[in-house]
Amino acid sequence: MALKMVKGSIDRMFDKNLQDLVRGIRNHKEDEAKYISQCIDEIKQELKQDNIAVKANAVCKLTYLQMLGYDISWAAFNIIEVMSASKFTFKRIGYLAASQSFHEGTDVIMLTTNQIRKDLSSPSQYDTGVALTGLSCFVTPDLARDLANDIMTLMSHTKPYIRKKAVLIMYKVFLKYPESLRPAFPRLKEKLEDPDPGVQSAAVNVICELARRNPKNYLSLAPLFFKLMTSSTNNWVLIKIIKLFGALTPLEPRLGKKLIEPLTNLIHSTSAMSLLYECVNTVIAVLISLSSGMPNHSASIQLCVQKLRILIEDSDQNLKYLGLLAMSKILKTHPKSVQSHKDLILQCLDDKDESIRLRALDLLYGMVSKKNLMEIVKKLMTHVDKAEGTTYRDELLTKIIDICSQSNYQYITNFEWYISILVELTRLEGTRHGHLIAAQMLDVAIRVKAIRKFAVSQMSALLDSAHLLASSTQRNGICEVLYAAAWICGEFSEHLQEPHHTLEAMLRPRVTTLPGHIQAVYVQNVVKLYASILQQKEQAGEAEGAQAVTQLMVDRLPQFVQSADLEVQERASCILQLVKHIQKLQAKDVPVAEEVSALFAGELNPVAPKAQKKVPVPEGLDLDAWINEPLSDSESEDERPRAVFHEEEQRRPKHRPSEADEEELARRREARKQEQANNPFYIKSSPSPQKRYQDTPGVEHIPVVQIDLSVPLKVPGLPMSDQYVKLEEERRHRQKLEKDKRRKKRKEKEKKGKRRHSSLPTESDEDIAPAQQVDIVTEEMPENALPSDEDDKDPNDPYRALDIDLDKPLADSEKLPIQKHRNTETSKSPEKDVPMVEKKSKKPKKKEKKHKQKERDKEKKKEKEKKKSPKPKKKQHRKEKEERTKGKKKSKKQPPGSEEAAGEPVQNGAPEEEQLPPESSYSLLAENSYVKMTCDIRGSLQEDSQVTVAIVLENRSSSILKGMELSVLDSLNARMARPQGSSVHDGVPVPFQLPPGVSNEAQYVFTIQSIVMAQKLKGTLSFIAKNDEGATHEKLDFRLHFSCSSYLITTPCYSDAFAKLLESGDLSMSSIKVDGIRMSFQNLLAKICFHHHFSVVERVDSCASMYSRSIQGHHVCLLVKKGENSVSVDGKCSDSTLLSNLLEEMKATLAKC
Amino acid sequence: MQFMLLFSRQGKLRLQKWYVPLSDKEKKKITRELVQTVLARKPKMCSFLEWRDLKIVYKRYASLYFCCAIEDQDNELITLEIIHRYVELLDKYFGSVCELDIIFNFEKAYFILDEFLLGGEVQETSKKNVLKAIEQADLLQEDSKPRSTRLHSCVKS
Repeated sequence: MALKMVKGSIDRMFDKNLQDLVRGIRNHKEDEAKYISQCIDEIKQELKQDNIAVKANAVCKLTYLQMLGYDISWAAFNIIEVMSASKFTFKRIGYLAASQSFHEGTDVIMLTTNQIRKDLSSPSQYDTGVALTGLSCFVTPDLARDLANDIMTLMSHTKPYIRKKAVLIMYKVFLKYPESLRPAFPRLKEKLEDPDPGVQSAAVNVICELARRNPKNYLSLAPLFFKLMTSSTNNWVLIKIIKLFGALTPLEPRLGKKLIEPLTNLIHSTSAMSLLYECVNTVIAVLISLSSGMPNHSASIQLCVQKLRILIEDSDQNLKYLGLLAMSKILKTHPKSVQSHKDLILQCLDDKDESIRLRALDLLYGMVSKKNLMEIVKKLMTHVDKAEGTTYRDELLTKIIDICSQSNYQYITNFEWYISILVELTRLEGTRHGHLIAAQMLDVAIRVKAIRKFAVSQMSALLDSAHLLASSTQRNGICEVLYAAAWICGEFSEHLQEPHHTLEAMLRPRVTTLPGHIQAVYVQNVVKLYASILQQKEQAGEAEGAQAVTQLMVDRLPQFVQSADLEVQERASCILQLVKHIQKLQAKDVPVAEEVSALFAGELNPVAPKAQKKVPVPEGLDLDAWINEPLSDSESEDERPRAVFHEEEQRRPKHRPSEADEEELARRREARKQEQANNPFYIKSSPSPQKRYQDTPGVEHIPVVQIDLSVPLKVPGLPMSDQYVKLEEERRHRQKLEKDKRRKKRKEKEKKGKRRHSSLPTESDEDIAPAQQVDIVTEEMPENALPSDEDDKDPNDPYRALDIDLDKPLADSEKLPIQKHRNTETSKSPEKDVPMVEKKSKKPKKKEKKHKQKERDKEKKKEKEKKKSPKPKKKQHRKEKEERTKGKKKSKKQPPGSEEAAGEPVQNGAPEEEQLPPESSYSLLAENSYVKMTCDIRGSLQEDSQVTVAIVLENRSSSILKGMELSVLDSLNARMARPQGSSVHDGVPVPFQLPPGVSNEAQYVFTIQSIVMAQKLKGTLSFIAKNDEGATHEKLDFRLHFSCSSYLITTPCYSDAFAKLLESGDLSMSSIKVDGIRMSFQNLLAKICFHHHFSVVERVDSCASMYSRSIQGHHVCLLVKKGENSVSVDGKCSDSTLLSNLLEEMKATLAKC
Repeated sequence: MQFMLLFSRQGKLRLQKWYVPLSDKEKKKITRELVQTVLARKPKMCSFLEWRDLKIVYKRYASLYFCCAIEDQDNELITLEIIHRYVELLDKYFGSVCELDIIFNFEKAYFILDEFLLGGEVQETSKKNVLKAIEQADLLQEDSKPRSTRLHSCVKS
């Protein structure tokens, strides 16, 4: 043995430790991968050794490699080995490795359950702590289910160090195993009032996280948290609580009203920025939720805005950023309060930090009004020019468009200005947002009828200078606008001043260098243009001119026919043939213009983006059902039709089939008109009720104020939006003068004349009339469209499972699963075997007890009383408590500790045949009129073969029990672990006092030398019982019985390992037989598992193999066979005395069955 | 908090702690993406950025970046405070911490973090308590493993 040790340490001297590995990696910078693979090979060798220290070292190195990105999943089993090492040093490394590398997919994770359970109940708080920390990282639904009860027990551990960890990890358990939330919640709630601030803050953390996801279930806790908020001075806790209130107030506006005052006080008083920021955020949330109910909180809003201004003005970039962020939240509901700080926000646009500029941009979006839109956009345009780096510039560009187009162009008073802004934006080089600009151009030109003329003139200028756009290096970006330009010029060609010129521009050879989809639009719109030119020429009687145009077409179209793009090619060849045909007709002097333009008759209307989605699927229509069963081998074919359909969908609104012959077209047109007439959703050109400028019907196309457009029109292609700003100012000035005049006249008649409908009317906005009377066509919606869309719900939200009503009383079925041996059906009450371990002052203790009692009562009474107000419930509960105490006295003979559990199934109805009554592992130690002692002895796989004795002391008198001391007479074989320095004869103090009716648990460790025999230790509990009449010294003798079974530890074993063990032949054998057993085999096994700490390895019919291990490492194997009325147990064990003693104990257990 | 990363100015990962279950592949992807984004930011920029649906809070201490991912409603300033607190703890424990301390004693850095945060939530707000817990756990360790102190000194030299 000693030699082995020495050998191990010599081995280790030659091993690399972590530091060597790190140093090695740093020294092998060139061939790092090679070096590491070499190291991994070494590690694999090390892992094969038996020495746990070597293994731990290897695992530690692996953990480091894992961080560098190497896969270590192959070592998962070795990690578990190190986790189960008895030395803390190794255990700690094992758990660290597990927490870094295990995840839900790790299959060996299920092997850890028992190890973790063992560590959780370890007497060393650091073992427990390390297990909890590790578990928090890799908890799986299975682990959560199996360990929930153990962790819940730890929530009442005597050490705050463990309590706070247990409380925090419960959140992870809830997430993985939502069923545990309700049973664990009462205890979690208790922890809010834990004497230890760390535990308290942990409980606040967990409940806040829970409540943030599903606030409505936590409303009832509001008063408690309110109390905490006003009493706590810990900023960490305060922030959490305040955040929690932020989540609760939207559900309960009255709460919001109450909160405003303490929060504003905090805002005034705190010096911690984080707390201030949290308060401001919550006040904002509160005010948002209140804004519907009571509008008058301007003081609070002002305070917030002021504080935020201070943050924004701060030199700390972080505060500036957060200030802007919070400001944008206020903006949504209280735009006016923010708008007054426009100067500050605009200043932030000049900040060095891009993220701050972006935040400021976000704010600007909400700050624009009719009055300041042009000014703000002008400022932004100058930033666009200055901006270096395309990302920020692109962001600016999209923001400008967002700002202008928001809420249906609400703030744009002059669309000519907007079109020129868009045209100016096309001069940005290398922007990715060409399509965005194009979409805006199309949208505005289509929907704002009055602007078409101007738009067409600008677009034709764009087409004319297309070479500028197309020649820039990033062609793909900005040339998208040509798509829009070509379409607008074609569709609204009647507005073109020089259509011939534009036609030529569109037929330039250069066009063929554009992307295919743009060329296609060019080709299509060339025809539209051509049609309108023909019409003009024919009306003017210029037959030659008309023929010249046709000739131009015939000459230029072939360049498109040769295009590599199919779409372009197809369209071009169709059109070429058409034009050639026209040419022939023209040669015969047949008027063709009418017919050609008939190709493009009719209006196009925009379609709402989600139109198709909003049509409900008619009843009885299954969209997923096959119309024709698919052919067996048509997998690839399936894809194709879908793709084609998709493409058609996209293109439909853009271009119409020109190939269809005239008749067909006419027929379709007719049908369309018919349909439109019947369709209530179709927006005709007459004013519709949805239009925003309702008060002036009938004048939709007539500009209210004539402005001289000649200036901008004649300088196409130059920046000119600035001129509009000037023009606009003049116009507004004139308007104001006029209005003043009018107002003076009108004053005698009525106070206020006009009121326009606008969603956000401010005084200043109202005064500004738009330059053009704008007719904004609303987007089309199909018939039967649903009013709202329900796209926002996410069915995969992990927090949805935690949406659980916590106020409902607990049902029996909701108990947490408890430590179970395999194949057993036993379960014990979670309340009973977890006596309150905690040392507490008298008051909360009582409360706790009461609370628990209440919970239990609720369970039982659940069926009888369903809806009752809280008051009668309380009374009833008291009554019942009395009844229970009576019942308790009567049932003294019942096995102690299990009285309640045993009674329960009967109360709940007929017990099922296959179910064993829940059992408790606690057995009676001693009792008198003052105190009852029950105890449980658990083995622990510690180095020195120790057992832990958990003694529950229950005060059954009306006195307070204090000064309790436990003295045990050590034997040669068993020795109590005493605090250092105390002699064998001293008593060991019990670390708590017991108020009347309260019970608590104390744990003591005993060191056992030989475990092959059962033994008894004599002991005495001495205490002082104190009541109103005085104090008396009392004592109670007891005998601790260490059975052989109590030295066994439930250890799972696989059948192959079990078989090997039996084969090895080192085991001695013994057997027993018990007659007269009627209990089912299943329950029998459960009993053996429960009382003797075995686990079932395999079970075949009425035969089962079982395994257990002693704290000193003896293997115990059992073969249990059930005959008709008897059970035989054959045992094999490495120690024959232990085996025979065990079998005797087992016989006694079985005899009771 | 969803996760915490420590990486050097060269983009080398020094510590990672994930409080949400993710596959290794996903973790690597996130790490690579974030390291790039954070390193690309200029020194004068603020410590927050929006990334996917999370908020990233980072801070640079000497050559090390400490980077945390928090959820939308979480408080950025308190997260900065957490980072700072962690650095203070490391500093106290190692005695004026440097990057090498964390590289060579990376498991200690994890142990300290685990005493400070659990499951992404602050577990102990008192620096003293955290250090006390670590020291006592180390004591347990040193009973059986007397080498760590010696190593510590040779790393420093």
